[in-house]
Amino acid sequence: MTAVTTAAPVVAFADVGLADVPTVGGKGASLGELRRAGIQVPDGFVVTTAAFRSAVEALDPGTGLSGLDPADADAVGTACAELRSRVAAAPLPAGLADAVTAAYGRLCDDAGNARLPVAVRSSATSEDSAEASFAGLQDTYLWIRGADEVLASVRRCWASLYSVESVTYRLRRGIPETDLAMAVVVQRMVDARSSGVMFTRSPLTGDRSVIAIDASWGLGSAVVSGDVTPDSFVVSKVTGEITKRTVATKSRWHQPDPGGSGVVETDVPGQLRDVPSISDEEIAALVAVARRIEAHYGVPQDIEWAVSRSAPAGENVYLLQSRPETVWAEKDRAKVATPTARPFDHVINLLGGNRPTSEG
Amino acid sequence: MSQPAEDRSFPLPSQIAPVPGAEGWEAMYPYFSRFQPEDDQRFWFYNSMHFPEVVPAFDGITSEIPYTAIGANTARLFSFPTTMGIDYRIVNGRVYITANPVTDPAQVEERLGHFQERAGHYYANWDSLYAGWQQRIEALIADIEAVEVPELGELDDLSVVTEARGFASNHFLRERFHRCIDLYSKMWHHHTEFLMLGYGAYVVFFEFCKQAFPEMGDQMVARMVAGIDVTMYRPDDELKKLARLAVENDVADLFVEGSDPVKVLAALGERGEGGARWLAALEEAKDPWFNVSVGDGFYHHHLSWADDLTVPFAALPRYVEQVRAGEDLTRPTERLAQERDRIAGEYRALLGSEEEQAAFDQMLGVCRMVFPYVEAHKFYCEHWFTTRFFQKIRAFGTLLARRGVLAEADDVFHLRHVEVEDALADVMLAWASGSTELGARHWQPIVAERKRIVEALSGWSPPPALGAVPEALNDPAVKMLWGITQETVETWLGSEEDDQSTVRGYAASPGVVEGVARVLLNVNDIGQIREGEVLVCPVTAPSWGPVFGKIAAAVSDIGGTMSHAAIVAREYGMPAVVGTGSATARIRTGDRVRVDGDRGVVTVLG
Repeated sequence: MTAVTTAAPVVAFADVGLADVPTVGGKGASLGELRRAGIQVPDGFVVTTAAFRSAVEALDPGTGLSGLDPADADAVGTACAELRSRVAAAPLPAGLADAVTAAYGRLCDDAGNARLPVAVRSSATSEDSAEASFAGLQDTYLWIRGADEVLASVRRCWASLYSVESVTYRLRRGIPETDLAMAVVVQRMVDARSSGVMFTRSPLTGDRSVIAIDASWGLGSAVVSGDVTPDSFVVSKVTGEITKRTVATKSRWHQPDPGGSGVVETDVPGQLRDVPSISDEEIAALVAVARRIEAHYGVPQDIEWAVSRSAPAGENVYLLQSRPETVWAEKDRAKVATPTARPFDHVINLLGGNRPTSEG
Repeated sequence: MSQPAEDRSFPLPSQIAPVPGAEGWEAMYPYFSRFQPEDDQRFWFYNSMHFPEVVPAFDGITSEIPYTAIGANTARLFSFPTTMGIDYRIVNGRVYITANPVTDPAQVEERLGHFQERAGHYYANWDSLYAGWQQRIEALIADIEAVEVPELGELDDLSVVTEARGFASNHFLRERFHRCIDLYSKMWHHHTEFLMLGYGAYVVFFEFCKQAFPEMGDQMVARMVAGIDVTMYRPDDELKKLARLAVENDVADLFVEGSDPVKVLAALGERGEGGARWLAALEEAKDPWFNVSVGDGFYHHHLSWADDLTVPFAALPRYVEQVRAGEDLTRPTERLAQERDRIAGEYRALLGSEEEQAAFDQMLGVCRMVFPYVEAHKFYCEHWFTTRFFQKIRAFGTLLARRGVLAEADDVFHLRHVEVEDALADVMLAWASGSTELGARHWQPIVAERKRIVEALSGWSPPPALGAVPEALNDPAVKMLWGITQETVETWLGSEEDDQSTVRGYAASPGVVEGVARVLLNVNDIGQIREGEVLVCPVTAPSWGPVFGKIAAAVSDIGGTMSHAAIVAREYGMPAVVGTGSATARIRTGDRVRVDGDRGVVTVLG
């Protein structure tokens, strides 16, 4: 798949794929790629790294930060606060605000909702997860409505690059400010009845024959942030059987603010707390999607998903994000067995007191 | 041992309290089956899988002979490197066993050399040796069927004299009784000839799967190796055929719930050609397929379908109804075979390397090579041969009753087999001398006392294990046959922490359901079960097959993940928990229970 070579400030999901990480970041590229693979992903667009550069370069952040001593917390703090307020307030280059507003407008038109709620998330170009987390690239703003709010959230994502932690990290590592790039994903929100995460291998044992699903009521941020103990399901990839089923008492949920925009965290109503947050049919749909994504990428995945409140059953499962699973990938086990000269030597070895490697 | 002994120990054999009313039980079993003072130093566990009930005196033979055969195979024929054979003890009517490990590394090494040669020969020639086995076992069955209990008339037949046979018919009493015992012994040698090698292949594949896919359920391994055309399903399949035949021949109206087989058979005799055709088909199906025990072949009172038609006839009405409703009762063998291969193929594809896939192919291949034996032997040995064997012993009982030694035929099962020989000698002598047997005065009080003892012992709850827990339980024989592992023992040790409402066993078939329990101690009562109930029973055998069409879940006292209940429950896709040890004692009919076939837990909800 060829990459988007344009320096356009905004690109639709439909026009990006995995090769576009340098312009749309990992998250944006992955969402585009999933759409191309035919996975149901809520539509959206990416504010590219080109847009970031054109907006931020004019502010010349490098000059203010160069020469700072990372150990001098006061000096770093002052410089960062000043930079962040400039990023948040400075006028945007001509055409950029219009491009974002127009792209948002198209999403609104498609949905038939002039103030369509969207999620605004930073999308890192770096593969280095440590850098990403120090750089504040996990920023997510949910249930954002209206073009002005979208623009403000994009700026907030950019500004997060100038947090004290982020700047200190770059100063310590000697990462030049000129190498900095960030894309921002703007994605239509799913009015999530339930949501959660799933791994296409067991997070507990690394077993690749199962899919582990965590699910709770409302928006997925409650599960990701650990605000709630989710329901937990383990499903066999081979048979589709739910081999473990733990329905938790789910006390908190994240919901759109009834006031209009943003998210509120409240108590789950009593009658929902001990009820499974997804049905067996929805579990089966999630498993089917997870297997397709894993097959598409060829490696186990860590996936965020939501079940829409409004979409009809059978079409209500949405994928919000997918990235390679990293924990078990790094410590993947040694080979369990190798072939023997004669097949029955396996038996002779075991009964002969040569225990398999794990016990030996 | 790192922890204080008292925390890591079950009751010692010497600490077991006598059961009131059961004094003198020791005389029911051979002296070498009794716990000795030094046995306190060893770890024993209760073989609830095979001996869930009090063992009557004659039935002691079903532990004595199997253990002489299984140990002979592992210790002396195949030279298993790390284990000799199994010792057994009987206390309060229950059988406890322990394996004798080989711990000296030099001895293990030496035995390994022989094992490679001997076991290697069997694995390398498995198919042809197994074909030979089938011939041997069928010949043994023909032999036991041919045994005739002699008729002792006023005079022996004239031909004995004219042909100068040279010995009178009373001689045959001992000889033929001996022949039954000898054939039973041979059958067990054949039974265990392939058993440990077969289970060994299964355990190797099982352990591989568990390492490669730690969360794979036990039953999934079984599903990848299970045969499709399994002998064990045949009896039930024959019933389904008979149900179809009843509909085709317009005699289906005779099969209604609760009817007496004798009356049904009589009515069929009056239904012309259709009835005659059905009766002929029944006769054909009966031999051998009705030679299936309602239990597991370890107790004389577990009769066969042929002995008691109540069980198959209780199943027929439902099958007849299903045929009438247009249901296809034949097993979809092609679909099952495809599904088995699909599952194996998918797990194979999930392995990380080609080398592992090659090892997987080898192990699965060996497993499927041995599995026809693993699945079929029970029908030939525990069912067909054993029900025939008990029929013969019962026939000797009939003779002893006719001669006045015993009050009734079944009393023979309250005598040890060596005592039966004594009683037969009494008959041989009395017939020869022209006087009367003295056995009535001697044996009848003993039989009466033993009936009381069995009754008194039946209320005893055997501890799951006795003695100090060894540091490691690695004996492959124990692990393979009984599924007793370190974890099992830990569960037993911790089981007192469970509240009264929890019953634990093996997770045999996945799923969770709640329902009303129906406790059935006897397969003859399967007519009581209602649609959607949870079956709670001591053990299931092929004859229980028909009940699985009605129930929502199955729970048994006895059995592992390869047991009949487990296999059938998986086929029907219902949750099952087996090998609980005590479900029938702790759950009552009418209790609402939750059966968690994923975790192997049954909870009494109220």
